[in-house]
Amino acid sequence: MVLLTIQNSTLAIAAALTGIGLVALALWIAGLISPRSFNPQKGEAYECGIPTRGESMAQFKVGYYLFAILFLMFDVECVFLFPWAVRVKELGGAGLLSIAIFFIILVLGLVYAWRKGALEWK
Amino acid sequence: MFDFSILTNWIHNLLSSFMPGWLTVTVECVLIGVVLLLTYSVLALFYIWFERKICAAFQCRLGPNRVGPMGLLQSVADMFKILIKELISLKHTDKFLFALAPYLVILASMLAFAVLPWGNGLQIIDFNIGIFFLIAVSSIGVLGILLAGWSSNNKFTLIGALRSGAQMVSYELSVGLSVLTMVVFAGTMSVGGIVEAQKDCWFIFSAHIPAIIAFIVYLIAGTAETNRGPFDLPEAESELTAGYHTEYSGIHFGFFYLAEYLNLFIVSGVATLLFFGGWMPLHFPGWDTFNHIMDFIPSVIWFIAKAIALSFIIIWFKWTFPRLRIDQMLALEWKYLLPINLFNLVLMVLIVVYGIHF
Repeated sequence: MVLLTIQNSTLAIAAALTGIGLVALALWIAGLISPRSFNPQKGEAYECGIPTRGESMAQFKVGYYLFAILFLMFDVECVFLFPWAVRVKELGGAGLLSIAIFFIILVLGLVYAWRKGALEWK
Repeated sequence: MFDFSILTNWIHNLLSSFMPGWLTVTVECVLIGVVLLLTYSVLALFYIWFERKICAAFQCRLGPNRVGPMGLLQSVADMFKILIKELISLKHTDKFLFALAPYLVILASMLAFAVLPWGNGLQIIDFNIGIFFLIAVSSIGVLGILLAGWSSNNKFTLIGALRSGAQMVSYELSVGLSVLTMVVFAGTMSVGGIVEAQKDCWFIFSAHIPAIIAFIVYLIAGTAETNRGPFDLPEAESELTAGYHTEYSGIHFGFFYLAEYLNLFIVSGVATLLFFGGWMPLHFPGWDTFNHIMDFIPSVIWFIAKAIALSFIIIWFKWTFPRLRIDQMLALEWKYLLPINLFNLVLMVLIVVYGIHF
């Protein structure tokens, strides 16, 4: 709490603008002092010296999607657990029971994915 | 212990004495921005020097030692060098996304940087969901890296970005769950509240075995989050040249480099906050004389020293372990860290709700 009078959201916007400002400022300075030269070869993709074959924005391995979907499942779980985590002591046994049901379903999800072989990198 | 809010309140009163309210807020925001910018860049430059020195020590070399005392100004010189390098405009890139990616990467680290508790009364953003906000903004960085790799229109960068995406996304779970474990113990998500709860004893000592497990898991996951150490396979130079930032040149590349080192600081800063009491001095209940002596060290020094000590451990990993393969990396997260973390969470909940002590 640096300044009680300023809203946290205002401060967050100020920090975000600082980040953008840093990049913009550095790019501006670099634009002023960096040299420029023209060469048709320079704009080519970084490869071994021969032109790239085929499309570079190509399809990629489906395994990455699988992990992204698994991540989504557990991240949403994490988000749901946070509000409960703050009030664990106050909610006590009853809260624990209801969150345990939610938790067990998700652990079962992980077990299912594991048994199905979704966690193997093939 | 000096309370920095005295200083900031004095500045606020001074400004508001001759300015209308909206102008005061604007001027204060600009001041905060300038301070943030300076701390951010100085710390990043210091970290680059620090890592090079440690790397040199591990390899029995001297490291940078020509520019300035002990080579301290080497990274400043490097910064100027990188500024005068040409920004090559490429033919086949997606121009807009290519330019956007560094903004996102820097934005993520800057917002996370502003949440850290720097000292007594010295914290910029203090949401009541502070630690949650921190996790949320630090995941913007993944977007930047994915965009960088995709828009470069190069196979190396695409593979690097996808690997990085899979890695950061997976390890974010472990980071999130370790944080969750500590939130259960602290009973609050506000950064200031978590620090305040560690007034008498740091969580690593007071929160029993689950805190130690959570700390180890957090440290491993944090290393992976920053794409460092044994988890640097997104930029495995023997396979992918430089990974997702292969096509970036000059200061454009510098932004990714800067953000990487700052993320190292942020990861150790969050570990400091959650397990080592933020800016709180080392206190043990009952040791009054010891506690009193510890109070003499300023809070800012406590925070930065703890964060740098933890960063040293993370840098140590890099020079100790060989790089993992992608299947090993994903198996480590999903088959070991995640189940351990879930089990650990249950342990912590039992401690908090039923008062069972291990």
